[in-house]
Amino acid sequence: MSTPRSSASSPDPIPHKSVTLAPSLGMRDPEEDSDSTPSRMSEDDDCSGGGGGGGWTPDLRGGGGRWAPPDQVLEIVLESVLEFLTAARDRNAASLVCRSWYRAEAQTRRELFIGNCYAVSPRRAVERFGGVRAVVLKGKPRFADFSLVPHGWGAYVSPWFAALGPAYPRLERICLKRMTVSDDELALIPRSFPLFKELSLVCCDGFSTRGLAIIAEGCRHLRVLDLTEDYFHEEENEVVDWISKFPESNTSLESLVFDCVSVPFNFEALEALVARSPALRRLRVNDHVSIEQLRCLMARAPRLTHLGTGSFRSEPGSGGTSSVSELATSFAASRSLVCLSGFLDVNAEYLPAIYPVCANLTSLNFSFASLTAEEIIPVINHCVSLRTFWVLDTVGDEGLRAVAETCSDLRELRVFPLDATEDSEGSVSDIGLQAISEGCRKLESILYFCQRMTNAAVIAMSENCPNLVVFRLCIMGRHRPDRITGEPMDEGFGAIVMNCKKLTRLSVSGLLTDKAFAYIGKYGKLIKTLSIAFAGNSDMSLQHVFEGCTRLQKLEVRDSPFGDKGLLSGMNYFYNMRFFWMNSCRLTAKGCRDVAQQMPNLVVEVMKEHPEDEGETDTVDKLYLYRSLAGPRNDAPSFVNIL
Amino acid sequence: MAGADVDVGTELRLGLPGGGAEAAKAAKRGYEDTIDLKLTLPTGGVQKDSGKPEPAAEKAAADPEKPPAPKAQAVGWPPVRSYRRNAMTVQSVKIKKEEEAEKEQPAATAGGNGSAFVKVSMDGAPYLRKVDLKMYNTYKDLSIALQKMFSTFSATGNEGKMVEAVNGSDVVTTYEDKDGDWMLVGDVPWEMFVASCKRLRIMKSSEAIGLAPRAKDKYKNKS
Repeated sequence: MSTPRSSASSPDPIPHKSVTLAPSLGMRDPEEDSDSTPSRMSEDDDCSGGGGGGGWTPDLRGGGGRWAPPDQVLEIVLESVLEFLTAARDRNAASLVCRSWYRAEAQTRRELFIGNCYAVSPRRAVERFGGVRAVVLKGKPRFADFSLVPHGWGAYVSPWFAALGPAYPRLERICLKRMTVSDDELALIPRSFPLFKELSLVCCDGFSTRGLAIIAEGCRHLRVLDLTEDYFHEEENEVVDWISKFPESNTSLESLVFDCVSVPFNFEALEALVARSPALRRLRVNDHVSIEQLRCLMARAPRLTHLGTGSFRSEPGSGGTSSVSELATSFAASRSLVCLSGFLDVNAEYLPAIYPVCANLTSLNFSFASLTAEEIIPVINHCVSLRTFWVLDTVGDEGLRAVAETCSDLRELRVFPLDATEDSEGSVSDIGLQAISEGCRKLESILYFCQRMTNAAVIAMSENCPNLVVFRLCIMGRHRPDRITGEPMDEGFGAIVMNCKKLTRLSVSGLLTDKAFAYIGKYGKLIKTLSIAFAGNSDMSLQHVFEGCTRLQKLEVRDSPFGDKGLLSGMNYFYNMRFFWMNSCRLTAKGCRDVAQQMPNLVVEVMKEHPEDEGETDTVDKLYLYRSLAGPRNDAPSFVNIL
Repeated sequence: MAGADVDVGTELRLGLPGGGAEAAKAAKRGYEDTIDLKLTLPTGGVQKDSGKPEPAAEKAAADPEKPPAPKAQAVGWPPVRSYRRNAMTVQSVKIKKEEEAEKEQPAATAGGNGSAFVKVSMDGAPYLRKVDLKMYNTYKDLSIALQKMFSTFSATGNEGKMVEAVNGSDVVTTYEDKDGDWMLVGDVPWEMFVASCKRLRIMKSSEAIGLAPRAKDKYKNKS
């Protein structure tokens, strides 16, 4: 990077682009696997310079307020125009045009998206962007979700909060994913950001109900509190009654999601809170809410659009037991419902109660409900508008067939395994996949766990569903071939990359040779995220991927026969990527060191297999490398060695 | 192999020939589910060898055509988030409890309460199956069921051979009992077998030579 520095100019742009100045790659990845909604811009933008709201009124700075020099006018006009650019990708491109655009963009960027919290220092980010209203921060590599990253690795939010606080007093929204946040850090939010409105924590850890209480009490303008798949390790006797801490007057709450906070809570307080939150549209409760309690909540919030139903089981309280028809009347009264989830301990007898809303549902999440085909088919038959469906494999191929027959508008399907072990029975197979491909032609995203698969079914899906953007197939038994032909799954995945021309995310599994990766490299030109496990024969696989997948940003590899040669074949591409993760392959310390030495803007972290092990070993069990302007981080634990 | 690798041989390597880095050694990880320790060969000899870091499984895995030998679970595989895993564990415990409660009803399936599912692996088959031992009353019934189950996989396609499984011609059926010993199927009374059998494995007779002492002797010595 040889942009000349001068004291008057802003720091070098964050290099999203390759060294050869190819067009910048967007850093946002809306197809990221999470339950969270894509981040939204705050609606309260005001023009830079403090001018009037909406519209296109240039703020006349300088002089007596009536006239500005021509080049300043241009800049002001530019800023006003750039307000309309919201996608980070577009903004990155705009910032590269020239210094003037760079400055204008930096002042008007409202959402700061940091895909890797270690890629840039907080100080540098706040110095560049002056008018940020929303921050999205992502921390640990995704494989941390599968226990592959030892505890204490990092991704602490504290240096970020320390920088954001003084820099952005008007900050309204924070989204964190896979970061460690303590209660004390949560306490900084109401203190630093008096206008704070939205907090979203996805797959985070380190906090407790005490922190939630502080947020509830301190953020008087809170609209969104979304807690999704976070890790709570609280003992029941330490739990704080956080729900009672919301303001006693009417609140601005629009969304309250806490199904992962699976400790008992004060239900009366929740009921009262819902009653005084007229704007509430999304409510997802935890499994400590019975059907009877759910009915109370629904009665208080008849305009809900998204409902997480809690346990969906009857727990007779003082009010007696609700019948199915009584519950059905509650649903019938909730005319705005479009998204249902929860069913965390479902009693299938109550399922018919949701029939009144099924026709309007666009999203249905049964992925925590162990339902059979018989139980689900009558429900699905009503769900003609479904676009998103998450389910457990207990429904079997038969259940999926019913989905295929009814849900012709389906865009996203996720089939999770009840028994997530390698040698489980697996209740869905290629038959279900084939049926889905025939019935759901508009499918864009699929995640499918199974034990039996064929190339034919995958090929069929590639042909029937050309709009696929995300294809994630997990054949749970390792190295499983086509169950009928006994051949590797190369042809199936090859067909996917060949026929699905919009594909940006791919996860492969089953028995795969280098040939599969030759296909991926040849045809997967738009792939941004690729996950490989127990696959390939040789380093050629990695070479195919690096050389062919020109848009690759995130590559995760595990337990595959790739070594230093494969690693080094990526040398010319690492700066184009956000990160590369590789564990349990055949890397050596020397190979990783070579990479580290040749690439100064890359942070190369290696981890031992067992954190307690002392001493050096030649082999590297875990490699995590990522481009970074911040250099090696100073908060790495002892089991992380930064080369 | 690297000298630093002192892990028990039952933590098996995945991956194809070449040697070098270790595969996931799941047993030491804080992986919440139970670890399936499957021995590569149920012979006395291998018991001693289990300390070596290069188990027979690697040789099996060396040939891409052959499926991998039984192995320990890999950490974080299948890739299901721990949040979901925990929720499912709670669910399946509840389901099991419900199933058992139902089976205690007299109207339940003939043959008594509960079920006795065990995994059955066959050398050469790409994946495992499960059988409920309570569904059968004799070794012969079991043998016929196994024959049906694995007929698609048998290399020779010769279904007749399977019937002789118990008597040990081309293939032999072995089982792992509660003590973790591998025994030949057929030695003990059926009920005792069902009570003590944890896992079944169908292997080539040639590989079963030197199997642990026959069951009768084992129990004799114990008492």
